[in-house]
Amino acid sequence: MKHPLLRICLLVVLASVGACSSGPQLQPQTADYPEPVFTPKEILPPDHANLTEVYDPWENMNKHIYNFNYEFDKAVYLPVVRGYRAVVPSFARTGLSNFFRNLVDVTSIFNSILQLAPTKTFQNTGRVLINSTFGIFGLIDVASKMDIPRPVEDFGQTLGHWGVGQGPYLVLPFLGPSNLRDSAGLLPDFYVAGAASDAVFPSEVTLGAFVLYPINSRANNPFRYYQNGSAFEYEMVRWLYSTKRKLDINE
Amino acid sequence: MFEQHLFLTGLVTGHAIRVTICALIAERTGIHVTIKKTTQARIFGLCAALFASLTSASVVTVENYGYPITDRFAATVVGTPVEFQAKLPKSIPFTGKSITIFPERVTPDVFFYGSELLYSVALQDGSAPLIFIIAGTGGSHNGTTNENIAKAFYQDGFHVVSISSPTYNNFVIAASETGVVGHAERDAEDIYRVFEMIWAELKQDIQVTSFNVIGPSLGGFNAAYVSKLDEQRHAFNFERVLLINPPVSLYNSISLLDRMTQDIPGGVDNFDRFANRLLHAYATTYKQPVGTGGDNFLYQVYKELDLKDEQLAALIGTSFRLASSTLAFTADVMADYGYIKPKGLPLNRYSNLQIYNDVAVRLGFTDYYFQFFYPFYKADYPGVTQDDFIAAISLRTIEEYLRNTKKITVMHNADDVILEPGEINFFSEVFGDRATIYPYGGHIGNINYLDNVAHMVATFNGEETQR
Repeated sequence: MKHPLLRICLLVVLASVGACSSGPQLQPQTADYPEPVFTPKEILPPDHANLTEVYDPWENMNKHIYNFNYEFDKAVYLPVVRGYRAVVPSFARTGLSNFFRNLVDVTSIFNSILQLAPTKTFQNTGRVLINSTFGIFGLIDVASKMDIPRPVEDFGQTLGHWGVGQGPYLVLPFLGPSNLRDSAGLLPDFYVAGAASDAVFPSEVTLGAFVLYPINSRANNPFRYYQNGSAFEYEMVRWLYSTKRKLDINE
Repeated sequence: MFEQHLFLTGLVTGHAIRVTICALIAERTGIHVTIKKTTQARIFGLCAALFASLTSASVVTVENYGYPITDRFAATVVGTPVEFQAKLPKSIPFTGKSITIFPERVTPDVFFYGSELLYSVALQDGSAPLIFIIAGTGGSHNGTTNENIAKAFYQDGFHVVSISSPTYNNFVIAASETGVVGHAERDAEDIYRVFEMIWAELKQDIQVTSFNVIGPSLGGFNAAYVSKLDEQRHAFNFERVLLINPPVSLYNSISLLDRMTQDIPGGVDNFDRFANRLLHAYATTYKQPVGTGGDNFLYQVYKELDLKDEQLAALIGTSFRLASSTLAFTADVMADYGYIKPKGLPLNRYSNLQIYNDVAVRLGFTDYYFQFFYPFYKADYPGVTQDDFIAAISLRTIEEYLRNTKKITVMHNADDVILEPGEINFFSEVFGDRATIYPYGGHIGNINYLDNVAHMVATFNGEETQR
């Protein structure tokens, strides 16, 4: 429990669990209104495989968190990212981004081992060794320049690899789409990344990383809420997330 | 870890399945693609092509055209490989802005995020011509197509104002008077109002020498009607208007696109399985994840996987279906018509929308036209039959105007997948030498190709229309 990454993780999970206890909101009943021109009964085949069906028993809570994330993104994340881009020069941002990728590669080593995947273990270990030395603590991604593949493996994938299902879909505060399995997987991953950082650097560096990691991640991500043209954004993100995770695990 | 969560959702940029599916693949497999420069030498020939004419239109001959993808469906999906694209600036000051079009409007809570119309501008310092860009079906003001057009014109010294298609969710919510879009004249009125209000905001800050309009796909169709409206309103007195791959009859084009979803094995009900199968097929083809997938990723996938036309058509149809389903639902909520949502039922930002998504995805644009659009407007057109009403949503309706208006030019492709057989002749017949017809490119696939960009920009510099 000694380092802050782990602590924020726990907070996130607790916040999610806390939000679970808020009951479903009362929605107006469809039956009280006249039938539309096309009804689900008429249009959907009786055994219809939902196009984008994802197990989401906590949808109401998830939508509230999704909305919170949107507001937080607008009020905090994006302004901070704009400031970050304005203040920190491009080469420094790239260096920082590489630094975090190197830490993620450390967690990938652990997960590759846990999945008994020798090739991935070898590739990830090679990446970390090269980037931590020639790449000056990971600031330069020498390994990618040498065309060493980067199979990112997280603990959620490791659980999936050994047959653990996704569980209910879960939107995490600040972090976004996830599911029960992958949320649980965050803890060991953050722990390993934090421990790896602590092992090499003074704890101030880990603390700094804790502050900068979310900013770096947000800056690298082009997603903007409600600007993809879909009226069904929540549903689409949910489907894409779980589809992608299935593919990540089956590779 | 962190990247996999909040930030996976970077995938959802642009609703087109082409983008989402391929982003998924690119993200997963991380293909880095290089294509040999073998055919640079083929790139010449616009000038020669101007003289080679089967009709009076400027028909670009096969020999003189170096766009590399000759399959119409592949061109539509894949676009232009990087090596064949025009050189455009990496970035321009393409800035997002927002404007309130109807101050009195109470936006339904389920669309709380869409009450202001978003648009983009790239403005010159000094005095310059201004060009409005109207996006194509379901396209946004800052989508790739609009941004590339913006880059080409900004680089050439234009002020650029880019707006979303009237069929784009945000436009329907914030800027459509009725919410029921797809009506040629009314969409033009909506666009014209938006142009006027944006110009009112900009005119303190910039000097403009002329106003111009460009539109790809449905945006081109819209541009023709907007130009006609401008002849009555005279707010802009557009100097030039360029239509790129517009439909002739909107109904014909949407019918074609609707039918493409039938190419999904098992129909649209099997979309999920279809998408997953494609993803798996791509994923297993590429085992070595190196670098990141760029624009060329699609081209490489196309070359390697040898996708059949039916599969490509299924992708195009699916992409279109996603756009049309969002449009139908958005229009239904805005007009509270009772098309798929019960009339009067309020929806808020937390409402479960899955069931509407499922229904909307199974309905075609043609269903929208017959079961919602026509009934909604028919009282305004007494004595007009349903078929006549829908047939009138066509450039043929304003044929005389288009025939006689020298400022309007067209770029089109002989193999465009959204035209019925023979419909391409409409352009050479009506526009004469103001139409340039390329042999390949499918629908909009060649819009970033070197020659096409050069021609597009030259059109507005008076080099093409003064013949």
